[in-house]
Amino acid sequence: MNDDTGVRFPPEAIASAAVPSFLTDDELRTLAAATDRLVPPLDDHPGAAALGVADYVDTLLGAFTFDPPRIFAGGPFSGRAGGDASFADFLPLSPLEELAWRTRIEGSRGDPAREFNGPVVGWQERYRAGLAALGADFTDQAAEEQDRRLDADPAFKALCYEHACEGAYSAPEYGGNRDGAGWRAIRFAGDVQPRGYTDEEVSGRD
Amino acid sequence: MTDAARDCDVVIVGTGPGGATAAHVLTQAGRSVVMLDKGRNHLLALDAPFGPLGHVSNDELKFTRRHFLGPDPLLEPRTYRDTDEDGDHLWVGDVNNLPSTVGGGGFHADGKLPRFREVDFRARSELGPIEGADIVDWPFGYDELEPYYAEAERLVGVAGDHTANPFAAWRSGPYPMPPGPDMFCATLTAAAAARLGYHPYQAPTGVNSVEYDGRPACNNCGFCAFYGCPIEAKGDPVGLLRAALHTGRCEIRPEANVTEIVLDATGKRARGVRYLDATGSVHEVTAEHVVVACGAFESPRLLMRSGVGNPEVVGRYLMYHLQTLVLGLFPFRLHAHRGRAVTHLMDDPIVPDAEALAAARAAGLPYFRGGIVEHGGAGQPIMEAVHLPAGELHSRLMLESPMRDSMAAFTMQGEDLPQATNRIDLDPRVRDVWGRPAGRVTYSPHRHDAVCATHWAPRLEAVMKDAGAHTTFWVTSPPLRAHRRPGADPTPTSRHVMGTARMGVDPRASVCDPHQRTWDVDNVLVTDSSVFPTSTGYGPTLTIVATALRAASLLVGASPTRSPDGDLPES
Repeated sequence: MNDDTGVRFPPEAIASAAVPSFLTDDELRTLAAATDRLVPPLDDHPGAAALGVADYVDTLLGAFTFDPPRIFAGGPFSGRAGGDASFADFLPLSPLEELAWRTRIEGSRGDPAREFNGPVVGWQERYRAGLAALGADFTDQAAEEQDRRLDADPAFKALCYEHACEGAYSAPEYGGNRDGAGWRAIRFAGDVQPRGYTDEEVSGRD
Repeated sequence: MTDAARDCDVVIVGTGPGGATAAHVLTQAGRSVVMLDKGRNHLLALDAPFGPLGHVSNDELKFTRRHFLGPDPLLEPRTYRDTDEDGDHLWVGDVNNLPSTVGGGGFHADGKLPRFREVDFRARSELGPIEGADIVDWPFGYDELEPYYAEAERLVGVAGDHTANPFAAWRSGPYPMPPGPDMFCATLTAAAAARLGYHPYQAPTGVNSVEYDGRPACNNCGFCAFYGCPIEAKGDPVGLLRAALHTGRCEIRPEANVTEIVLDATGKRARGVRYLDATGSVHEVTAEHVVVACGAFESPRLLMRSGVGNPEVVGRYLMYHLQTLVLGLFPFRLHAHRGRAVTHLMDDPIVPDAEALAAARAAGLPYFRGGIVEHGGAGQPIMEAVHLPAGELHSRLMLESPMRDSMAAFTMQGEDLPQATNRIDLDPRVRDVWGRPAGRVTYSPHRHDAVCATHWAPRLEAVMKDAGAHTTFWVTSPPLRAHRRPGADPTPTSRHVMGTARMGVDPRASVCDPHQRTWDVDNVLVTDSSVFPTSTGYGPTLTIVATALRAASLLVGASPTRSPDGDLPES
């Protein structure tokens, strides 16, 4: 497909990377509704639900159900601007990187190797608790009530917002930014190697 | 040439610009070198022909959100406080992190590579002291360094116009490449600056404008600052490392975390280094010389752990640049995410005019000096998004893009005066993943830096307005005391870290001698910005390479003998 950025998004290069990996279907629905309040649809900008932000978060929380884990996408090219598509070939982690990302995602769980500066509560636990606190009936609520419940836990709201920003505008291979729609909405071409930009596109007024 | 009892002639700790430069010089001179880096290797294959690994990509998430180049602050936290009165620390996490990976800081730098000026090496003699700071002359001058600057520009591959900057130091020849394309927003701000009497010029940049050294011209992808280059259009330090590997005398060992410099029984000679591999096994590499090039944050930490370096000085005189960010919002799109990150500089704040001198005197200072002003723009979408409020305003502002696509930015890299109280030491409580004390910063900029920022910010705002900005504002990093928000990250965002193993002519007042060897263990060299006695107002990288070229060349040349009082014969 073409768009006003002039960059082609061949469908095979942006096939959804999302495979349910940690959250339950109910949790995914709650998360989609919650992040849609943080990144709502507006004019040409799709909301977080349509952009697949919940799938992005689920891919992150379940990163270690994949081999290699879905932490660092491959390279050098996605295929969206030429070259062979390789972003979906995730890079293996070193032992230390695995320690860091398992600690971040799973928490330290009393493991001394993960607690050299004290216990760490992992994102899996934070999402499980935070989504439960939003309520099983969250998706049925009016927007104002949804906002009130999100505001009740500023730390969880901040975590969801950071991940919503990542999920809306990161490479689709990480599970969000469905079909590159987040980039298209904001007139950003995304990754452009190996095509790049011409000197005129750099120096001239659009 | 290697002594049969040693593993190699020189072991180099760190593979960034300083270490890579040393490796290049030493292997060219026939020395065998082992390079150790605690980070992973994403830069180049370690088997001939040492091609790219393909790990580098236009991926904002990987490079700016997931610590792909390291260090991961969860594994290697650092801590920060303003003064000793703050208790153990105010902040734990990322403190001036530079990449911890094969290629080091050169991997992610956007490659602005100016030289320093003649006066920068003689600030004490020519400009004089400032109360509360330890301004010193460098132990050598610009004239001695000039051939190494020229060689550094050839080796890294710098594109620039040698006639463009009226304040530039003398030079023996032109840049090896012409400048690349100007970014749209910088053409507007540079024209405005010239209209108002300033002297903008096309930035000397370590990014190929034409094919150079077997690497292609930059194709303007825009993922430059904070990213590696997928097509190797940036030369620092991949060109130097590849050249060293091609000699067959260089071995790079990634994920090799040096725990200490090992001294012999006299304590005055280094026998080599000890390191942990990725599995935690302990190894030792013995060598005739040890080169320490871990960056100005980690190098003093290694020296301290090893009991090397004047203990009264090592870690002290930490300097950054006091960054003054002057931002302008434009009524049309600037697309600063295309092409190089910065294409114009101006040196005017480095050369005090009558107004600046009057402002300094009014503030009780003999003078102040700012830094280069970088003409650039903002970055990528996730960076813009996380700075916006959640809710409808998020989506509205992402559509309008006031930062990413409509903002031009001046960054003045203001000179930061050296003070002994600004330092890196070891945190009493926070540990890294290996169980060692985290590095801790204690840092408060000198009044000079704040007075200078306050003088220049409104002048740069006037340039922004003249260029067409409808709204301008300015901030500094670190924030001036009056602007500090409670609970906010207090750390300077600058990645220009310098001074923590300063060189000098007096062994009592410096860590390294004029040849960048530690005074107490003279077969240990430091070849990074730790040795800088002053910060100047310029980015440090080209001078790291030039001084490392000089130090490594002196090491393999006729190495001068040190006289008992510490003076060195002319080299």
